[in-house]
Amino acid sequence: MSSDSENPATEAKPEEKPTPPKPAAKAEEKPEELPAFEKGISDKLVEKFGDKVQVDFVKEDRVGIKTSKENVHDVAQFIRDDLHYDHAESVTGVDFPADNEIEVVYHLGSYTESSLARQVLTLATRAPRESNPIPGQDSTKLPSLRDVFYSVEFGEREVFEMLGVYFDGHPDNRRLLLPEDWADLPPLRKDFAIKGR
Amino acid sequence: MLKDLVTPENANVFVGKLGDILEKAIDKPLGYAINWGRIWSLWPVHIETACCSVEFGAASSPRYDVERFGIIEAFGSLRQCDLVVVQGTITRKMAPRLRLVYDQMPEPKYVIAMGACAITGGLYFDSYNVLPGIDGVIPVDVYVPGCPPRPETLIQGCILLQEKIKRMKARKFV
Amino acid sequence: MTDIMPPGLALKKVDERIMTLNVGPQHPGSGHMRIVVQIDGDYIVACDPDPGYVHRGEEKMAEYRNYITNVPHLERPVIHDSCNVLYPYVLGAEEILGIEVPERAKYVRVICSELNRCIYTMYWLAIYGIFLGHSTMFMWPAGDRELLIDLMEKVSGARVTHAHFIPGGVRNDLPANFEDVCLRQVNYFEKRIKEYAAVFYDNPILISRTRDTGVLTRENAIRYGTTGSVLRASGVDYDLRVKAPYDVYEELDVHTNVLKEGDSYARSKVPWLDMMESCNIIRQALQKMPKSGSVRTKLKPNPKTKGPATVYKRVESGRGSLGCYIVSDGKTEPYRVKMSVPSFRNLLAMPNLLIGEKLGNMPSVYWSLNYWPVEADR
Repeated sequence: MSSDSENPATEAKPEEKPTPPKPAAKAEEKPEELPAFEKGISDKLVEKFGDKVQVDFVKEDRVGIKTSKENVHDVAQFIRDDLHYDHAESVTGVDFPADNEIEVVYHLGSYTESSLARQVLTLATRAPRESNPIPGQDSTKLPSLRDVFYSVEFGEREVFEMLGVYFDGHPDNRRLLLPEDWADLPPLRKDFAIKGR
Repeated sequence: MLKDLVTPENANVFVGKLGDILEKAIDKPLGYAINWGRIWSLWPVHIETACCSVEFGAASSPRYDVERFGIIEAFGSLRQCDLVVVQGTITRKMAPRLRLVYDQMPEPKYVIAMGACAITGGLYFDSYNVLPGIDGVIPVDVYVPGCPPRPETLIQGCILLQEKIKRMKARKFV
Repeated sequence: MTDIMPPGLALKKVDERIMTLNVGPQHPGSGHMRIVVQIDGDYIVACDPDPGYVHRGEEKMAEYRNYITNVPHLERPVIHDSCNVLYPYVLGAEEILGIEVPERAKYVRVICSELNRCIYTMYWLAIYGIFLGHSTMFMWPAGDRELLIDLMEKVSGARVTHAHFIPGGVRNDLPANFEDVCLRQVNYFEKRIKEYAAVFYDNPILISRTRDTGVLTRENAIRYGTTGSVLRASGVDYDLRVKAPYDVYEELDVHTNVLKEGDSYARSKVPWLDMMESCNIIRQALQKMPKSGSVRTKLKPNPKTKGPATVYKRVESGRGSLGCYIVSDGKTEPYRVKMSVPSFRNLLAMPNLLIGEKLGNMPSVYWSLNYWPVEADR
């Protein structure tokens, strides 16, 4: 039960698979060596999807990948079926007015695969951003991952009301936290300013 | 004799007249007794609005035991209650509900604003969804400052409210 | 904009047999939230939780404050578990600011965090007792948690809102003679909570009210992404203190309590077993803690970050895995702070568990989900 019984499991997995990419990682990374197991996860994704996914970062226990909104559903399906991540921890929307885009970040974890218990996979995708948003009717749309990861249901509802990103295919795109009569901009957009600040 | 006087048509009028008579009768002599009764059976509504409800719960715990001062544990029906302890932040979603709860309670009713958020908005002064104090929603009798107030502070606020009720005119609400 | 967003709760068409009930926000069987249930006779056929009554926009406010001044308001979602709710933010801020934490501070954090877990769970247990009409179970935990609140008051000076964890360590060192007092109180506390079995957990009335109500299977617990005691009561062995240890949990021996049944009874029992585990952890931490040393890396009032970065940190709080995602653009204020809170994650299980239950079982199922509405709303 203690932590030392868990660590070998994490170390055991990388032995078999990421042996080929390991020297490659050493070769291209000059400042520091990437953690092998996490590198293995990102390599599997790159192998499958090629340049459709960009590896954002590979850190200890964390892998970040970015993909376009056309591919996010396929990537998520691959992550669930072949990499065995089984639930989403959170759905976060981040507004980037400089890029004119809104990023939606899914943090995925796994309960069933013991070697993935420490890992969090960050799946990020971006939707176009409109300066005069009409939530649900403008181009700020993304495919919903609710049929892949059931646990994103409330998270996507929250992102919809907080940033105005409509999720196509979500069965229940309604308000969740804000008052019913909220008629202002979605509050977590950067152009929604708190008064007096 | 009473049977002849009261018919179904004028029953309401008759009760109203009786009320007028009672109101005059209890003005001074019974006012004290009525207030005494109100002071020692304050029933708070079970409306938790934010995190101060933790300290409100602690106030009814064995160590502080607010019940010995006549504040009864908050698990009664709305129609029996006469005290609203606004336990913290009032958001824009909660404010109409708070007003609805207050309007449904029978007179007389008293309000304690507990915590900095209920008084001025407190820590959430610049939040987009928080009201700057509840004065705009319901009238407040006693302000209990703190973030959150300790249970002792809440008890002191309750005692202040009892002092206030003692000096109120009982007739006003009969 | 308003016509596309249906106001609040536009419920589906109902036929005449079915009655819609609003439970909350003013209801003795509900917290700071509304649950819209549709009942057919006595059975719930549809359930629609409506949180957001305490949505205070913490995440937006965090964008206007620097890494130090964010501390007091980010602990407010769960003031009786304030150390744990701050923990992931503080860990994340330390990585972004590039600060090292002294060894003793890590142990102090573990002790405070476990004390807070007990304080939270005792309050939760008290409310669970009163929800089921068990007044003794309100009075006993509500009284006993004051012991630990006294300890935390000695450490931080406040009863519940400690703001004790800050980037760089903890605010103050432990007071003199704290170890002895803490050990004595924790030992007594553990003896006390063991007595709850006789009055609450072995009580035939409680068992008949909570056994086989709201059964969450292992598959569904994983599918809904539940966490903490809800997950462990459904037979999934997952505790971040063991699986992904942070700070000094690696050096401590932590046992995970797992029950298989997945009903309300199991969900109400796991936090109680966890409290005993917390007592063990506190004793271990007191033993292994360096006896002296610094507890805080001094920071400037407006600390500079190392540069643009994203951090996602998780800790095991009283309700389950609590994550904090911080996006920094190199300024002194965070660009975006997102709290991935366990209550919000467990909320998804609620409508699925309540459908098919009797209305009278609603409080026992609802509160057994270890749900704190203020946290879910943020």
